[in-house]
Amino acid sequence: MTEIANRGYARPDVLVSTDWVAQHLNDPDVRIVESNEDPLLYASGHIPGAVEVDWLKDLNDPLRRDYLDRAGFEALMSRIGATPDTTIVFYGDKNNWWATYAFWIFQLFGHTNARIMDGGRLKWEKEGRALTRDVPSFATTNYKARERDDSRIRAFRDQVLAHVRTGLPLVDVRSPQEYSGERLHMPDYPNEGALRGGHIPGAKNVPWSRAVNPDDGTFKPAEALRAIYEGEQGLSPDDEIIAYCRIGERSSHTWFVLSYLLGYPRVRNYDGSWTEWGNTVGVPIER
Amino acid sequence: MPDYPEKLATILEDFNFITDPRERADYLIAFADRFEEAPAYITARPDSERNRVPACESEAFVWVEPQEDGTLQLHFAVENPQGLSAKALAAILDDCLSGLPAEEVAKVDPEIVFAIFGKNIAMGRGQGLTSMVAMVRSAAQRYLAERQR
Repeated sequence: MTEIANRGYARPDVLVSTDWVAQHLNDPDVRIVESNEDPLLYASGHIPGAVEVDWLKDLNDPLRRDYLDRAGFEALMSRIGATPDTTIVFYGDKNNWWATYAFWIFQLFGHTNARIMDGGRLKWEKEGRALTRDVPSFATTNYKARERDDSRIRAFRDQVLAHVRTGLPLVDVRSPQEYSGERLHMPDYPNEGALRGGHIPGAKNVPWSRAVNPDDGTFKPAEALRAIYEGEQGLSPDDEIIAYCRIGERSSHTWFVLSYLLGYPRVRNYDGSWTEWGNTVGVPIER
Repeated sequence: MPDYPEKLATILEDFNFITDPRERADYLIAFADRFEEAPAYITARPDSERNRVPACESEAFVWVEPQEDGTLQLHFAVENPQGLSAKALAAILDDCLSGLPAEEVAKVDPEIVFAIFGKNIAMGRGQGLTSMVAMVRSAAQRYLAERQR
């Protein structure tokens, strides 16, 4: 596997290797954060010194379908002992699904001092590195955040509708079966939380996992990524792009790839995604 | 809770008493550690894709194997090594339902997932797990329907 610095990424600094993390386990300026799909994984063992940030418990509003607000983010960061100067390193299962989702939400609050551990939990485990069940505690801080900025990297339903009508590109990062709507028509199949199946008109289907090497969960080099998104799908770095999936988690992974690894400046994540679109009255759907 | 087989009822009662999320996680992890993959003669069947649990992020498979005495033997496979929740649930279902008459297995409700995993299962996170229970139930129901013909 090529070193991160030699893979041609627009922003190689947002990725750190497992080696780098191993060398910074006791660095007071670094906070390692695990975010997972499986709620048992962190408790079963994690990188020494890592705290857990759960997408559901910690990052979502408990009542409304929305993310935590400024006060909630300040409380979260203070609890994990972070300051605006703390380098937050995210990692997790499912090739960093939830790690990139947490990274995305942290960017809504402008915590740019953030990294993803390339390969995530899978690579760390495969390399036989240390895991512990000890939950660390850090002196709380008094973190001050700015208001959440939903304008730059987040898209809402009406904006997506306008985007579709203008004919701008979208990337549907779900599986081909979800994209085609076939999944919603299988007998005994849970309906994935939507009444209608299919995809948003004009969306290109690029399953999120195509951006990673399945063996060790690391990101593919820029050239391979460009071959997929540009060569095969015809996207270009100047495009205004909206990515979506079912609830915005897998698409934050693709948002990360397009924005940071390929350096596209205008990519937004539609977190309402199919669970909103497939339930919305009157919006256009393609199959 | 409906009238569940004794072992399942006991385990659900245990989970009902757990209020500390950490304790619940430890209890579940202990089940996951006991998980055993389905034997090769089961996984090698050509129709394995039909046994895949829909919406399960952990790539889980369920097989229900009828025995001569009318009981059912459950088998599970979990392809994602990090799919601890799927493994824990599989171990619980195997422990509580394998070896019971099909009538008993057919009674199990996917709702048990919420009793077992607690409130942290929401926003679709529990979908694969409830599908896993639903697959066990519908396989038992199918077996019963075929037997009656």
